[in-house]
Amino acid sequence: MEQEVMGKVVEILRPFVKNADALTAVSMETSILRDLKINSARLVDIVLEIEDAFSIEVSDEAADQVKTVGDAVKLIVENKAA
Amino acid sequence: MTNQRVVVTGLGVLAPNGHGLAAFAGALKEGKSGIRFHQHLADAKFGCQVGGIPENVDELQRRYLSDEELLAMNPNMIYAAIAALDAWADAGLRRAPAEADEVDWDTGAIIGTGIGGIDTIAEKLAPKVDAGKVGRLGSTMVEQIMSSGNSARIAGLLGLGNQVSTNSSACNTGTEAVVDAFFRIREGRAVRMLAGGSEGSSKYIWAGFDGMKVLNRTRNDAPTEASRPLSASAAGFIPGSGAGVLMLESLASAQARGARIYAEVLGGYVNCGGHRMGGSMTAPNPSSVRRCIQGAVAMAGIEPKEIGAINGHLTATFADPKEVRSWSEALGLAPERMPLIHSTKSLIGHALGAAGGIECVASVLELHHGFVHGSANCDDLHPEIAPFASRIPHRSVEVPDLDIVAKASFGFGDVNGCVIFKKFRS
Repeated sequence: MEQEVMGKVVEILRPFVKNADALTAVSMETSILRDLKINSARLVDIVLEIEDAFSIEVSDEAADQVKTVGDAVKLIVENKAA
Repeated sequence: MTNQRVVVTGLGVLAPNGHGLAAFAGALKEGKSGIRFHQHLADAKFGCQVGGIPENVDELQRRYLSDEELLAMNPNMIYAAIAALDAWADAGLRRAPAEADEVDWDTGAIIGTGIGGIDTIAEKLAPKVDAGKVGRLGSTMVEQIMSSGNSARIAGLLGLGNQVSTNSSACNTGTEAVVDAFFRIREGRAVRMLAGGSEGSSKYIWAGFDGMKVLNRTRNDAPTEASRPLSASAAGFIPGSGAGVLMLESLASAQARGARIYAEVLGGYVNCGGHRMGGSMTAPNPSSVRRCIQGAVAMAGIEPKEIGAINGHLTATFADPKEVRSWSEALGLAPERMPLIHSTKSLIGHALGAAGGIECVASVLELHHGFVHGSANCDDLHPEIAPFASRIPHRSVEVPDLDIVAKASFGFGDVNGCVIFKKFRS
């Protein structure tokens, strides 16, 4: 389940990544801002895409805690379980 | 370091009848129109259902811009970026990658727009706001709807560090940008400036003009015949879109780096008619028009008779005959002694904020290649313009010794701009 969710998260992140090479070695520990060098202004859009793709609602506080790909995956899995 | 001489070292254009210098110059020479019928205008019950929209931009934009950049760019910004990047490359300059972390403090941009990001507002922002869904807007709205979106994005693409701004003076926007950039370099405040204008192609941009009945509604079945500046059957302008950008540079810098120089900007002038003396929000004050032309000519230090061609504002409204007369009176030249007069709008429509930029590019290309393109659709010349008939080519003419072109725009708001370009011979 986590692998499947991670795959979808990577695809959501893809258009926002300036250097596509950074996605080839992506893992749960990959930092969205530091490793993928995603513009921090676009985190808002990524959260919206995640909400739409997984039919969940993410609070602003929860969104602020997401730093890595793994954080996003766990957030989604917990939301779906709830 | 004031009173720098200013030259044109690069050109970029995305016009309804061609992208890039070869295609655009070729289209002008052939009299190829970029005006087409657009079904979405008919569906929206526009009176005027034809217009000029650059073609193949969906495919073109991916050659210039990344997916990440395109997420936050509307057509106005995309058109401007394509033309600016073209002008930069045409000037022989290389793009340093963002990772190089270098800023070009000596180069800026004034790339204007008349209406700007209204499509983003109308299609994305307003519906969500009105539905109570501000939280769903995402992060990309502001940079698309702020008037300076087009110049701001270009600044990031090129690492510009001098003034970066979007001017706005309606139909005079692009020409005014060239004049303002010219003065900035002349005063030594910048070495290079990208200058011009862009405008999107959304029906929301064009709707207001259709609503005030200033567009030609009579030729929806004959799009390439619809834009009729100078003609007896002119019945309003045809809306256009796209972008035109010039690289202006100090002569000293251009020569130091061995740049190819198209032309020198001898002079420029902008003014307003104050909506008096015959002027209004939508009609020019003829006295102010004459002052503008004379101001540019005086600054250029030339005799009016040295002007080989006039690239007019000439939109196909009732104002065309008055404009031609104003040129004649301002230059003090009888009809038969006037420079050749022509209207690029006859082929591309009125591109609003982009018009002055695209038409300045056209003027410089004509100087460079030694031709003056014909004005389409004025075989039935307006009777008041008849005295000038011999000066109005209907098809392109070769003018190998074309030396000076005067370009002017006269915009809503009663605002005027005029630039004098001279072919550069080293």
